[in-house]
Amino acid sequence: MRVLLTIEHDVDGVLDSSLRAATLARELSGSEGEVVGCLFARGPVAEPVAEPVAAALGEQGISRCFTVELPYAPVAWARSLAAIGAELGADAVVAAATDRGNEVMAHLGAITGYPMAANCFACEEGETAATGVMSLLVTRQRWAGSLVESANLAADRLLLTVATDAVQPVPSDLGRPAELVVFDPPLEEGDADIVAIESQEESGGVSLASARVVVSGGRGVGSPEGFAVLEELASLLGGAVGVSRAVTSLGWRPHSEQVGQTGTRVTPDLYMACGISGAIQHLAGCQSAKTMIAINTDGDAPIMTRADYAVIGDVGEVLPALVEAIKARS
Amino acid sequence: MEVIVCVKRVPMVGGRIVLTPDGQRIDTKLLGFTVSPHEECAVEEAVRLVEANGGAVTVLTLGPPEAEEQLRDAVALGASKCVLLETGEREFGPIATAEAIVAAVRERGGYDLLLFGNEAADTGDFQVGIRVAHMLGLPVATGIKSLEVDPGSRRAKARRQYRGAEELFELPLPAVVTVKEGINLPRYPSLPGRIRAKKAAVETSTPVWRDDGLSKRELSLPEVERRHAEVLGQGKEAVPALVSVLESIGLLT
Ligand SMILES: Cc1cc2nc3c(=O)[nH]c(=O)nc-3n(C[C@H](O)[C@H](O)[C@H](O)COP(=O)(O)OP(=O)(O)OC[C@H]3O[C@@H](n4cnc5c(N)ncnc54)[C@H](O)[C@@H]3O)c2cc1C
Repeated sequence: MRVLLTIEHDVDGVLDSSLRAATLARELSGSEGEVVGCLFARGPVAEPVAEPVAAALGEQGISRCFTVELPYAPVAWARSLAAIGAELGADAVVAAATDRGNEVMAHLGAITGYPMAANCFACEEGETAATGVMSLLVTRQRWAGSLVESANLAADRLLLTVATDAVQPVPSDLGRPAELVVFDPPLEEGDADIVAIESQEESGGVSLASARVVVSGGRGVGSPEGFAVLEELASLLGGAVGVSRAVTSLGWRPHSEQVGQTGTRVTPDLYMACGISGAIQHLAGCQSAKTMIAINTDGDAPIMTRADYAVIGDVGEVLPALVEAIKARS
Repeated sequence: MEVIVCVKRVPMVGGRIVLTPDGQRIDTKLLGFTVSPHEECAVEEAVRLVEANGGAVTVLTLGPPEAEEQLRDAVALGASKCVLLETGEREFGPIATAEAIVAAVRERGGYDLLLFGNEAADTGDFQVGIRVAHMLGLPVATGIKSLEVDPGSRRAKARRQYRGAEELFELPLPAVVTVKEGINLPRYPSLPGRIRAKKAAVETSTPVWRDDGLSKRELSLPEVERRHAEVLGQGKEAVPALVSVLESIGLLT
């Protein structure tokens, strides 16, 4: 099968999520098939980005990649994918299930009228009907990964996004970089009307999404003032403060700190869950942490079945003592 | 300003999910129901827009008869009209859902804004709002964390975060906007709101199910490593052991 894969990149090269998506795209294409890339950029894809991008794609078994010069206008991106897909005779179009990936693929689904399966992490080809409608058995995430659905996707062209936290990238090196081919998309009037106007300012401090240590507090912290000691601990460990939804709903902390299904997903080396019960929607945002420590008065809280280490006790007693102990060392 | 908000009834799952023996559904015998936090925020945003600019909020859901509860919850927060697109046993796929919503919205007409949550809590399809926009020929912005509407110029400014930076979209009305939790902090229902909710009339229609190309076969629980946390101790006594753990993972030297 021939698969068209949307590639996302930044100044450092191809995003890890796209490399993971490439692994599933290759599996889908099969040994006889081909994965062709498509990369969007505001300007011409030139040095210094072109070289690392072409190399990274070659390492994923991708021999050619179209480049489209466009700002982020989701409909225009989708129209471009539709045009390239038609030109290639692609059987499937795949993207990583990032915010942009899901959005563009949904637009592609809407433009073409085909179904789109979001957040897939495995797939298996089914029988193609006499009418030519292909069938694909996909395994996908529901409830942000707390539940798994096996579903049937049936269409003339298969559209899916890949759950980036559930697929390990497996390289398949071609031994040479991908060839980058400029594509000039045939846009329709209005396709680029809705376009992202980007501001470059990054927020200060350690970003929650990329923090190596997250000290998270839940309802058990007891009050907005109770978070002072979490902030102190986070800064001692070079990390960021996270919170549960109970805390943002109470207005104790801003939503930008919320970890979970409808908040931020974190992947730290250490996650400290302080006074957090461990609801599935919270765990959906922190289960990739390398080590998890729970501090909770309730030894039977659900968090205990996910944490590596636990302290049974009051956050307001344990954390100040821990901060003192760490300070005493230096 | 006429705003239609679309919400979806989902079980309020807590510590763990239990499936029915046939693997078709979450066992909801012991569960309450709610809507996604994104949708709670969509309702709040709609109510604020109408409070500022006049008009009314219509809340719409596609779901079982019991989803009336979620419509009434929205009325308690300030919505005034309820539309239930009643489904039977079979789960509507994302295209079929969008088609049913479009049919209902077309019939009503006269709206300035259609609000959705960015993705439903349960199926996480990430597409119903976008499909509705295309079917109605409307502009759409998704994942929005801040929305300004200017009724005079009939334009909206919608902002969201992308990889740590801000993105702004400008849209003419009528438009579709899907929002994310954090756009506002929803209010609690007031007593008069609760009384209004009890009395609110619900307009009901029954869209026909169709196979839209994406169909569920079976649900299962993910293989997660069930750990049993090693208890380091009780209260303050556990601090030396905690410090050793932080040392062993290289955070304290
Ligand atoms: C669709 C949907 C999406 C959701 N998305 C999210 C999300 O993104 N993020 C999220 O966090 N939640 C989310 N939730 C909410 C989630 O289901 C839980 O309600 C929430 O995570 C609970 O927060 P909590 O653990 O702080 O509070 P609780 O569940 O009330 O737990 C408090 C814990 O603190 C412990 N405790 C109490 N006092 C102390 C003390 N003094 N010292 C130590 N421990 C103490 C208690 O034993 C308990 O375990 C979502 C829910 C739904 C339905």
